[in-house]
Amino acid sequence: MGDYSTETISHIDREFISDLLRKGERLDGRAFNEYRDIEVEVNVVAAKAEGSALVRLGNTTVVAGVKVLVGEPYSDSPDEGVTMVTAEMSPIASPLFELGPPKEDAIELARVVDRGVRESETVDAKKLCIAEGKKVYMVFADVYPLEYDGNLIDASSIAVNAALLTTKYPEMKVEEGKLVQTGEVLSLPLKNVAVEHTVAKIDDILILDTILKEEFVQDCRFTMAVDKNNNFTAMQKGGGSGPMSLELIDQAMDMALEASKDIHKVVDDAVKSVE
Amino acid sequence: MAVYFQKREVVVPGQLLAEGRYRASFGTYDEGGKIFSSLVGLAELRGNTVKVVALEGAYIPKEGDLVIGTITLVAGNNWKVDIGGPYGASLHANNALRRPYSDDISEYMDMGDVIAAEVIAFDRGSGPFLGMKGRGLRVLQGGMVLDVSPAKIPRIIGRRGSMINMIKDHLNIQTMVGQNGRIWIRAPNTAVLRLAIKAFKTIEEQAHTSKLTDRISEMLAEEMSKIGSGVEDETDSEEDSIADTVSASETEDEKASEEVEPKPEKESKTESEATTDTEDESVDVVAEVENNEEEEVDEKQKEEVKEK
Amino acid sequence: MSPETKPDFLISPEGLRIDGRRTDELRPIELKVGVLKQADGSASIRQGKTYIIAAVYGPRELHPRHLTLNDRAYLRVEYRMATFSVPDRKRPAPSRREKEISMVVANALKPALFLEEFPKAVVDVFVQVIQADGGTRCAAINAASLALADAGIPMRCLIPAVAVGKADGKLLVDLGDEEDKYGQGDVPMAILPTTDEITLLQQDGMFKKEELLEAMQMGINSCKYLHELQKEALRRAYVKKASENGDEDDDDEDDDFDDDMETDLGEADLMEDE
Repeated sequence: MGDYSTETISHIDREFISDLLRKGERLDGRAFNEYRDIEVEVNVVAAKAEGSALVRLGNTTVVAGVKVLVGEPYSDSPDEGVTMVTAEMSPIASPLFELGPPKEDAIELARVVDRGVRESETVDAKKLCIAEGKKVYMVFADVYPLEYDGNLIDASSIAVNAALLTTKYPEMKVEEGKLVQTGEVLSLPLKNVAVEHTVAKIDDILILDTILKEEFVQDCRFTMAVDKNNNFTAMQKGGGSGPMSLELIDQAMDMALEASKDIHKVVDDAVKSVE
Repeated sequence: MAVYFQKREVVVPGQLLAEGRYRASFGTYDEGGKIFSSLVGLAELRGNTVKVVALEGAYIPKEGDLVIGTITLVAGNNWKVDIGGPYGASLHANNALRRPYSDDISEYMDMGDVIAAEVIAFDRGSGPFLGMKGRGLRVLQGGMVLDVSPAKIPRIIGRRGSMINMIKDHLNIQTMVGQNGRIWIRAPNTAVLRLAIKAFKTIEEQAHTSKLTDRISEMLAEEMSKIGSGVEDETDSEEDSIADTVSASETEDEKASEEVEPKPEKESKTESEATTDTEDESVDVVAEVENNEEEEVDEKQKEEVKEK
Repeated sequence: MSPETKPDFLISPEGLRIDGRRTDELRPIELKVGVLKQADGSASIRQGKTYIIAAVYGPRELHPRHLTLNDRAYLRVEYRMATFSVPDRKRPAPSRREKEISMVVANALKPALFLEEFPKAVVDVFVQVIQADGGTRCAAINAASLALADAGIPMRCLIPAVAVGKADGKLLVDLGDEEDKYGQGDVPMAILPTTDEITLLQQDGMFKKEELLEAMQMGINSCKYLHELQKEALRRAYVKKASENGDEDDDDEDDDFDDDMETDLGEADLMEDE
């Protein structure tokens, strides 16, 4: 997902994309800092998952589901629950994704989306405690790409956020050493929501929300998680080893800050649609 | 004796199409004198032959096909070429270069190069093998390659090339249509390129509808008038000599044709530009294809069908 | 996490099932063809609350090479459940259950396919269970079969599948989750609808021979009904494309059957109106 330096990319594709960009254009007519159309549908796995969302970003589609379980806290944080994001690059989504155990890029996808959630402290871990040292809620958000046409990271970030923000789970308590339901239904205790923006560098040009053909020829990509107060909560440079100047990083950060308003709104609107 | 479908009916696998003295052709199978569809497609009766025109499907090479591929490996005197579909192709230097050639054939063509080539041999146990001795076959420069479903290529070419020629007339683009579902397009500017892509994609989506040529023609005329003359022509004209798709005549290649028994040049043209070239009444033939060769191809096709 | 408890009865005194169905009644089924753009063929199925997407890639080059079959294509099925598709979170790595189901789904589909048309190649079928509510392997077969047709893989026929089972001593078709969990048995099956031959057959629970034979007959009947739904879904996907635009087909034109034979690519000739 992003580093295609080992694939044979046709010279025609490579030159075509760079030429277009040099002329200030993209194949689908978008501006460099423009996302494709985004559709978010929440509660798509209503019967089994505590939260879920399907996101279409152009022709990229991902589905995310949240499970809330009860488990034991880590010994070094006895009063804190656990949040974890995983992602797979399911072969269903692209002829480029292979069967078998997750490879580096699948793990990177999961880690980058995970950090966007965890480092911004989307879910307040302290409030996930049921009984200190004994029982805490464990929140798992898992992402499955269904169609891959570039920019899985941002699509996954939107899906995970929309799923977490609409998660509903039964409140549990410990009574006489036993775990029982209280009968209340809870939403996740949220602290700070951040969405991720991925900028690709091709030559000395930066573009947001790459389609696959653009990703094929990128030198590298740069992902930034931005919260609603314009804080950067996580970053990752990946998708190829091309170096980036400070100047370009500065420019990329501005692109992310500018886009983040719209993406936060997309998530919020999806959440509102079911409230 | 009975036929159970309407002309152009969309049929599905397992659907009973005919019973009695009918012959099962492409997209069908015969079980105990009953002919069933093996594909989702359009059922067709020709004489007493029943066939189903596929609406989807991977590219299966056929001798004489024009294909567009990407070189993925140079090994000894062979290039490995990705042409899509289940079978990776190979191209031997003898079928592409004039002898003598250098030991290191990557000097001529290297990984990542996109080529227009012809399928010179294929059976499902080995191959396909490509050749580049035909007219217009070469390394493609510039432009872009659009992927469409290989099953839709005949429609994109049109009867005797009617569709593709109409598109070229409207847009003034250079293009080459590979039977493997890859279309190389070089347009004077991005607006025209987008329009070409739109036209090809529309044909792909609506391939099984009627009067498509007219609708595409209208659409292109309308859109071109909007684009108008305001847009600069951005193509550098140096390569205009190889402009006109497959029908570009290249004397260079003709000289080279003494080795390895090249396919008759016109055959790749017949296959790609006028796949269904079988009737004689229409005069507006795309090509300078001669009638005897048409028949030759025709015979070959008949045999193929019989083999099934 | 939503803990489920065993219902008091699976068949009501009136002979109806927990969700109000008759014993031979299927759950509401929605089949869609062509739901994923990247795949060569795709289909989705919603059967009750079960929701599954199947994608087909191929025929394409097979890696790793040692799996190559010289006389036909290799049919590779990968059945996977999303971690969130079940009440407890499923571990992300493929389980033994998923591997076994992948195999039986492949075996259920194979008799319908003309794999010999693509020696050495692979046809990949990827099944993703988004939500599991009973009968996922059968639903997977229903969707996968449509995805294969959508990919243009030549086949004898579509393959329908259904699970028959037993609860409170009665035979039931299309088991829901509770019936599966708390019932007395489960017989998932698939058939070749052109011959009624069975291509998938498994059994859990306890049955007498007569019961099994009756169960399989019920299954065949339900499969036939499912097969009609499959054909309808496939036709709908393609006819819709055809009629969206320019449905001005003049059907009364002369059929020129004396046309010369075409190649298999004769679509242009076939369709062009003069």
